[in-house]
Amino acid sequence: MAAAASMMPYFAQQISSKNDLVPDWMGQEVSTGTTIMAVEYDGGVVIGADSRTTTGAYIANRVTDKLTPIHDRIFCCRSGSAADTQAIADVVTYQLGFHSIELDEPPLVETAANLFKASCYRYREELSAGILVAGWDRRKGGQVYCVPIGGMMVRQPVSIGGSGSSYIYGFMDSNYKPDLTKDQCLDLTAAALSLAMERDGSSGGVIRLASISESGVERKVILGNQLPKYSTH
Amino acid sequence: MLEETGPEWLSEEVKTGTTIIAIEFNGGVVLGSDSRVSAGDSVVNRVMNKLSPLHDKIYCALSGSAADAQTIAEMVNYQLDVHSLEIDEDPQVRSAATLVRNISYKYKEELSAHLIVAGWDRKDKGQVFATLNGLLTRQPFAVGGSGSSYVYGFVDAEYRKGMNKEECQQFVVNTLSLAMNRDGSSGGVAYIVSIDEHGTEEKVILGNDLPTFFDQ
Repeated sequence: MAAAASMMPYFAQQISSKNDLVPDWMGQEVSTGTTIMAVEYDGGVVIGADSRTTTGAYIANRVTDKLTPIHDRIFCCRSGSAADTQAIADVVTYQLGFHSIELDEPPLVETAANLFKASCYRYREELSAGILVAGWDRRKGGQVYCVPIGGMMVRQPVSIGGSGSSYIYGFMDSNYKPDLTKDQCLDLTAAALSLAMERDGSSGGVIRLASISESGVERKVILGNQLPKYSTH
Repeated sequence: MLEETGPEWLSEEVKTGTTIIAIEFNGGVVLGSDSRVSAGDSVVNRVMNKLSPLHDKIYCALSGSAADAQTIAEMVNYQLDVHSLEIDEDPQVRSAATLVRNISYKYKEELSAHLIVAGWDRKDKGQVFATLNGLLTRQPFAVGGSGSSYVYGFVDAEYRKGMNKEECQQFVVNTLSLAMNRDGSSGGVAYIVSIDEHGTEEKVILGNDLPTFFDQ
């Protein structure tokens, strides 16, 4: 995902990437190519992401963590421009932390989602960020909110995002059912991410999973050789 | 400056946005397609059959530019008829696919169409060939068209070797239904063609009879 190859830093214009001294990827924006997914279950949410960050065709980071904590029980999954999403996440983390201290209560997931939406919508022309906000709070339990490019916000029982998500819409539609258990959600997320990583050149590496519930956050990593295998030939 | 340019769709290229799929089973093939033809934002034909016969037991599935795809199919239909008279027997699926590939490759800069060729012949039974951009490759199954992006994950996960004809038909219907739900350029009804040594069977599945999923 992400565009804006025209937003090169100034010094790069003096070193044209048209010659061989400068590799192509130094002029490209850093993007979290990506596949991200978040699923609600009764009592919490499961979130997952791949781990590839690309600058053009070069993989800048093959073990990225795209699951970013915003608060104790609220995470976001980032896709699009790495810089934009990191900056927005930092801003929202600050705003939410302040709000939570004012309230003297853990914040609501919906509040976090609205803060993301506020930033993503106001600066929609400059930003390139697709974010899934997921977490648990006492009022509504596990929730997933999707804040795609453009800055809309909608709650969905299951949501996918990033360039690799196109390939797994069919898989998700056919395999998701309401009222799955936590382990079923983890399996579904791992399977879906694995399929997307097979097909999307901008997604790959390892699968990072996290499950968030009242009792806390449990993180897991599934390495390349442990990925579910779907070879069709 | 204030000219009457007419409705947009009269000047937009007509595309079969599309989802197409073909799958081989032991003894034959099943092909499937949606039925939407779009010109820009308008649907100009909502019941088009994109499964076009090249010969009695060889069909092709059309996607991309409607004009290009139809023309290739008609040309190959003619060439196959001549070829089949010359060899005095039914043509092989590979021959049909090669004819399609030859046109797609020679005119690859001008054309914008992808045809999947599938059928049954006595020598190699059921076969599916993809001819995207002028290549020729035999595959256990092939998907194509704009809607195919959304179902790569589904077909990768659900395909198993050794499915029988009914399972293949169900696989095709499910795949088409999922793609039609997500791709704006695919929709309408589903056309299914099953080819085996006994003959060719064409079927239409109307919108309300298609499988539905959790959010419908």
